Amino acid sequence: MKDTQIGSVRFDGVVKKYGDVTALKKLDLAIEPGKLVTLLGPSGCGKTTTLRLIAGLEMATEGKIFIGGEDVTHLTATYRKVSMVFQSYALFPHMTVRENVAYGLTVKSVPKAEANAKAEEGLELVGLAGFGDRLPSELSGGQQQRVAVARAIVLEPEVLLLDEPLSNLDAKLRRHVREEIRQIQQRLGLTAVYVTHDQEEAMAVSDNIIVMNNAEIAQIGTPADLYEAPSSAFIADFIGDANLVACEVEKTAKGTATALLDGQRYSVPSPDIAPGAAQMVLRPHALNLAAPGQPGLKGEVTYAAYLGKEIQYTVETDVGSLFIISPVQAEPFKQGDAVSVGIVADHARIVAA
Amino acid sequence: MKKTVLIWLAIGLASFVLLPWHMTDDGLFDQGWIMDGVAATGLFGSLAGQWWLAPAGLALVIATILQLTIPEPVKRARLTLGTAVAGLFFMAVQGLIIVRAGPRVFEGLLTGDVIMAGQAGMGAGAGICAIALLFAATISLSQAGKGQGDAFVVSTIGLIIALVGIFVFFPVIHILVRAFEVDGGYSLTEFFPRFFHSDIWGLGCLIGPRSCGVAINSLFLGVMTGLGTTFLGLTFALIFTRTDFRAKTVLRVLTVLPIITPPFVIGLALILLFGRAGTVTEFFADMLGWEKTRWLYGFWGVYFAQLLSFTPIAFLVLIGVVQGVSPSMEEASQTLDADRWQTFRYVSLPLMRPGLANAFLLGFIESIADFGNPLVLGSGFNVLSTEIFFAIVGAVADPAKAAILAIALLSLTMSAFVAQRLWLGKKSYATITGKADSGQNAGLNPVLRTICYAVALPWAALTLIVYSMIIFGSFVKLWGYNHSFTFDHYIRAFGIDFSTGRLTGVAWDSFFTTLTISSIAAPLTALVGLSTAYLLVRQKFVGKDAFEFSTMLSFAIPGTVIGVSYIMAFNFPPIELTGTSIILIIVFVFRNMPVGVRGGIAAMSQLDKSLDEASITLGANSFTTVRRVILPLMGPAILAALTYSFVRAITSVSAVIFLVSAKHNMATAFIVGRVENGEFGLAIAYSAVLIVTMLAAILLMQLLVGTRRLRRTDRVQQTAKAA
Repeated sequence: MKDTQIGSVRFDGVVKKYGDVTALKKLDLAIEPGKLVTLLGPSGCGKTTTLRLIAGLEMATEGKIFIGGEDVTHLTATYRKVSMVFQSYALFPHMTVRENVAYGLTVKSVPKAEANAKAEEGLELVGLAGFGDRLPSELSGGQQQRVAVARAIVLEPEVLLLDEPLSNLDAKLRRHVREEIRQIQQRLGLTAVYVTHDQEEAMAVSDNIIVMNNAEIAQIGTPADLYEAPSSAFIADFIGDANLVACEVEKTAKGTATALLDGQRYSVPSPDIAPGAAQMVLRPHALNLAAPGQPGLKGEVTYAAYLGKEIQYTVETDVGSLFIISPVQAEPFKQGDAVSVGIVADHARIVAA
Repeated sequence: MKKTVLIWLAIGLASFVLLPWHMTDDGLFDQGWIMDGVAATGLFGSLAGQWWLAPAGLALVIATILQLTIPEPVKRARLTLGTAVAGLFFMAVQGLIIVRAGPRVFEGLLTGDVIMAGQAGMGAGAGICAIALLFAATISLSQAGKGQGDAFVVSTIGLIIALVGIFVFFPVIHILVRAFEVDGGYSLTEFFPRFFHSDIWGLGCLIGPRSCGVAINSLFLGVMTGLGTTFLGLTFALIFTRTDFRAKTVLRVLTVLPIITPPFVIGLALILLFGRAGTVTEFFADMLGWEKTRWLYGFWGVYFAQLLSFTPIAFLVLIGVVQGVSPSMEEASQTLDADRWQTFRYVSLPLMRPGLANAFLLGFIESIADFGNPLVLGSGFNVLSTEIFFAIVGAVADPAKAAILAIALLSLTMSAFVAQRLWLGKKSYATITGKADSGQNAGLNPVLRTICYAVALPWAALTLIVYSMIIFGSFVKLWGYNHSFTFDHYIRAFGIDFSTGRLTGVAWDSFFTTLTISSIAAPLTALVGLSTAYLLVRQKFVGKDAFEFSTMLSFAIPGTVIGVSYIMAFNFPPIELTGTSIILIIVFVFRNMPVGVRGGIAAMSQLDKSLDEASITLGANSFTTVRRVILPLMGPAILAALTYSFVRAITSVSAVIFLVSAKHNMATAFIVGRVENGEFGLAIAYSAVLIVTMLAAILLMQLLVGTRRLRRTDRVQQTAKAA
């Protein structure tokens, strides 16, 4: 692939309004070439709107959009060098698989033989060589998905957009297809923007994740950044499971905060947090259960679920109900047992209340 | 893009310079206009004193200069847009002001010999100039905007707005203007006394021996027909969906009948059965010594005929309504220990209420717009639609009265239409959720079922008898007097002299005219209807609601009103079309357009929008998307729209009867003429031929839709073998 096709995407203060409803509040973002970036968020957060703005299916109410350094704010989808994989695949039911994949080429008046040859190449890339003469309705869901990907990439777009591409597949196939998409993206060095509401899927495929909430960006970072250093209670709760517990920050120094929780002091690594009321993020894996009397929060097991590889507990404590995952022990706690919950301060984080 | 605008401007300029601006007597292809010295093209016309033609040409020249000189695209587009719109505006104004005859505005302002001489209707030159300016404007508009603009979409919107404006709004406005006309001028004060005159709104029949006003007659008939057809339609729908009645397909056939029946045919058949010399009348007179009365000719006859004609329409609407009641709601009711009657009374019926109201309004509109049945059976019972007709073609032509009556009729249908849109639009209990609903509808309780059978089955039998009379009556010499079998009527209508190969039948002319005009109108109707549907379903633009309302409006304008408005609006320059076949085609296109729009909306809503978006993100523009993705997937809908508009054009009578001419006569108008002469046999024979023709057209369509599906399976099989 040539360098010129690898594109960057930049939003400069983009606002999108539908009548009085604001779908996007003043969005600034930059996506580096060759990266797979995921837009993640609960439904209605503006992630699909953002994707459609990149595609040119929606027009920005304010602000500017750049693709590959070129101002495309006023270009419609037809004239942007991006292509998109749709949630419903949107394969044309009256065309064969080959005609579908070659469609984008033929509307650009590429000679038919050349278009067909490229379509065949594209099908090969997604592992569907020899399926060209079938109709989309004769393929399985996963195969249809791959045809949709092939159709998008034969155009050699600057940016590949994927709108919840896996949501119509069953859970087992989903993992397989997402790996394939990731591999193709890396092999071709494509810039890809991926929309999903499934945080595990986002973590699995992305170089970077943009978490959106309430029509704006909540946090941008690598999957590890988001999990390990959430910037807000929303992120902590949305990325992975988390217990959020009210605490009091006494002072911060050198990236470590001293926080008071249930009469105990903890030194938690958390940069930039002002003293005062805050919330402590306690991941379920970072809490230890022990017999009563050990240091920690006193509590009582109200629910215990044995899942084979782990045991999930719900423990009622003075600071609230906590969700805890612990490895299978020889003698697991039972419902009604009094326990002590130990906090591993190194794995905890502090976010604003 | 810039090139497209220039091409249109060039076309406009060429037509301005080379083509005759006005209509020529001999038609476009006769070269006489070049030689006869009368300044003919737009350019020469302007130079020879018809200075008012110049702005159109000037706009084209200025727009071209703007296109070539201004480098900045948005500024260029905006200026071109302004120039083109100004050009169109001046064209319209000069066309309306400087006329030869007919109503004239600003008479005092514009004087002078050349102006007083007026001008002929707009011709090819003017038409193409207008189209060129329109497209230059719409394409520029798409470029001047913030980028949402898609030249194809904006141009389509512009074209449809222009067409609807010229062929729906302009004529209707004309009627409004004419209604204010008095001798030698216009008067606002004269209008109200005439509009509210007791001839129209009088309630005399309620309190005394005097007859009611025609509008009251129409209103009363409409309400009665609406109620009657809704009730009958509901019984049919309940039998069809909630019982295990065996002969459901026979009921289904009933729904097709009104589509293929010219509106007065039911009236004709009723005369054969219940008229003075009708079979049933004779039977009772002989057996029971009842007096032969003329009860059929009046309110009851019209009402009877309308019930027969429009019940199938209510049936068709109500099947959907009854099926729309989700089975799980009824099952829920039954598991809560309600019996079948309670379930029907407290759950199903309330859920159907908006649908029933809809069926009522539909019956109401159909009834007061109906022209054929009152014309054949009305006799002393006058309704608006027939009164309008007689005000135009009667002994004393009174266009002003026709206009006032048309406004009365229009206000009735419009009220019903607006009521339907505003009130029912918001109040629908949509129970079809898209979730699979595997439950079963509750059966009817026995009493209700008996009632439905008792009402609907005799009615269905009656309908079938009435239709069989049409076939039967066409083979009988003189109904009621001489019942011997004969082919005479067919020979008179469709005779062929085989020795010379000449078509000697009297009906051939109108038959071929009808088929030709309907075949031309059908694809145009489908095109306009489906493009409108595409815009409404798939595109977002400012004023979309108003756009939808105005395209649906012609549905609420009764045919009689359209007919009257067309002869009033298009009998004079600037657009002079009466007496041509073009006006017939146009009237069909815009009268049947809502049908195409409805069908198109229904079909297009089923196509996933992401198919369009996929095509667009793959680099196709909207035109390519329509051509390569939407049209191929809409095949059946297109065929249905084609057939339906074809058939509607054949059966239409109310609008057509005003617009036919000796040269271009239509079948329905011809038949109505025969009926007025008392030649029932011929009229019925011709009607039977029309019905058979339309049945053939519908069957052909079904066949085509069927083979299309077959071909797809073929392809599937082939590929399966190859793989």
